[in-house]
Amino acid sequence: MASPSEAAAGSDGEAQAVFRGITDDVSRVALNPTPKWWWPAFGVSNLMLLCLVVSLYHLFTTGIGVWGNNNIQGWAWDITNFVFWIGIGHAGTLISAVLYLFRQDWRTSINRSAEAMTIFAVAAAGIFPIIHTGRPWFAWWMIPHPNDMGMWPQFRSPLMWDVFAISTYATTSILFWYMGMVPDLATLRDRAKERWKQVGYGLLALGWRGSARQWHRYERAYLILAALSTPLVLSVHSVVSFDFATSQNPGWHTTIFPPYFVAGAIFSGFAMVATLLVPLRHLCGLKHIIKESHIEAMCKIMIATGLMVGGAYGIEIFIAWYSGNAGEWFTFRNRVLGEYSWAYFAMVSCNVLVPQFFWIRKCRTNPWIVVGLCILINVGMWFERFVIIATSLARQAMPGMWGYFSPTRWDVLTFIGSFGLFFTLFLLFARFLPVIAMAEVKAVSPEAHAGKDHH
Amino acid sequence: MARFLFPEWTQPLKKYVITPALLVGPVYIVLMAALVKDPQTLRVGYMPEQPVPYSHALHAGEMGLDCRYCHNVVEQSAKAAVPPAATCMNCHQTVLPRSEKLLPVRQAFFENEPLRWVRVTDLPDYVFFNHSAHVTRGVGCETCHGRVDRMVRVWQAQPLTMQWCLDCHRNPEPNLREPANVTVMGYQPAAGEGAAVKARLKINPPTDCSTCHR
Repeated sequence: MASPSEAAAGSDGEAQAVFRGITDDVSRVALNPTPKWWWPAFGVSNLMLLCLVVSLYHLFTTGIGVWGNNNIQGWAWDITNFVFWIGIGHAGTLISAVLYLFRQDWRTSINRSAEAMTIFAVAAAGIFPIIHTGRPWFAWWMIPHPNDMGMWPQFRSPLMWDVFAISTYATTSILFWYMGMVPDLATLRDRAKERWKQVGYGLLALGWRGSARQWHRYERAYLILAALSTPLVLSVHSVVSFDFATSQNPGWHTTIFPPYFVAGAIFSGFAMVATLLVPLRHLCGLKHIIKESHIEAMCKIMIATGLMVGGAYGIEIFIAWYSGNAGEWFTFRNRVLGEYSWAYFAMVSCNVLVPQFFWIRKCRTNPWIVVGLCILINVGMWFERFVIIATSLARQAMPGMWGYFSPTRWDVLTFIGSFGLFFTLFLLFARFLPVIAMAEVKAVSPEAHAGKDHH
Repeated sequence: MARFLFPEWTQPLKKYVITPALLVGPVYIVLMAALVKDPQTLRVGYMPEQPVPYSHALHAGEMGLDCRYCHNVVEQSAKAAVPPAATCMNCHQTVLPRSEKLLPVRQAFFENEPLRWVRVTDLPDYVFFNHSAHVTRGVGCETCHGRVDRMVRVWQAQPLTMQWCLDCHRNPEPNLREPANVTVMGYQPAAGEGAAVKARLKINPPTDCSTCHR
């Protein structure tokens, strides 16, 4: 990727105008007065965030009993929400790292906001494993450190691997996102009119001047971080799946889990990216940068990953029967036909049937149909995690270990609250930060290659 | 000014404040957490004022009273028992019966009000410690309480951390002796005594959470 100034050097004034247009349009989002739609959206998100604060206060002062979890359903919405949010993040990493390494230029219009979505989804996810321990003030015990208790984390436990997978993921994603934003923050600094904005963006831009040496190092660092993030796309959700796969519980103890979870994560992540970006491009006037073809490309990825997930559902049931393992077969019969069959069929219809609409061209090109289908996919992916967790625990080896989970109002409020946190952060991002990687978009725009006949 | 870049005066700040803070800060935090905050530093030597200037050095040391004369249920019960004033009065109705210093003891005895001793060796409430389990298996009093026979006023001799408990639970032999000698102060076990006691009494200290946290 060449720097924009370099790339534009040999081209005519027309290219310069196009580049300026991109900068104008993206900077406008952050620097213009707050648009009218923003305040109501932010207000609703804040109300939802308040639900999180209230429900966490109630949880911490009363205890885990406020949830519907019980002796049989020891994991329920808490871990469902955790896996749901962590999965959502994966599309951001895939877009920013893997598609970068494969030189998929269309990613540049969406990678910044997808990365932001990753970070906010990880933030929402990170709450749940910590609060479900019941004593969140001891969460720091999960970090190995010399202590006067003579205790060391249990490294044989996949729950411990989770701690490292998620914290590595959060750190790398934040670094990648922030570092990629530095040149664009400098652009905002240079265009800001008010002094406080100049200083604010100036501090965040870390003294970026756009010299050739800075660009050179930036490109190198970006490549290194992309290479570091790439394995995380596969590893993080694999480790999350180990939480289940390494247990002895029928319904969880499955070797297919790591690839199945990763495919599901990317599936749900792209659905969330599309859900966020279609309104964003509409409201911020960025339709010429986040193009219809980009949304179409995301829909195609959803067809692929949706088929993988559907295949995994089929294989799971086939193996449960083919293995001849009575416990396994019993669990899966109950999953499909038992008390939770409504959840199973919600999952299958949202995750397997809904993405089939993307084969129809009209469903890919009409952004509002895309949003509708993507919301259904996200519902389905939440149900997938709920089905895995709840149905596998509901019918264990002995009838004494049979139960049913019903959420309490605090389960619901905590879940709504996690959406509040996610949307609040995303709206702040969409209001104050460069929502599109301006420098990168310019470098891959056709004008950057005018006059250089290297095709 | 059109663009905000870091002004000149921030350079020394970077060189002399931020960089050193990033380098030294973690070391400082680790040192504070590892050395200064450690119970070895904060708790060992805790020696509160007691309602009666009772000297263990005089009674247990010079006069050689056995620990179990006052802490009489230590071999049967979880708690070692702080003696009632009546135990003091066994002797002190004839020894120094008019002593000014013993006034609170007599008062407690005749008014049937307990003496408010201040607890020195205090484990957290979420730890269940059983004296009888240790004393009858040959863990000496002095192993945890130190040389009480030399303390005029009792002070905390050991850090009482979980690490310290686990050190012995994981390797008990160095702290085991013939159970007959548990109250002996300054005891020198014979070579192999701990191992022999461990084998004979089948001592296998548990280290799972629920051993102490129930």
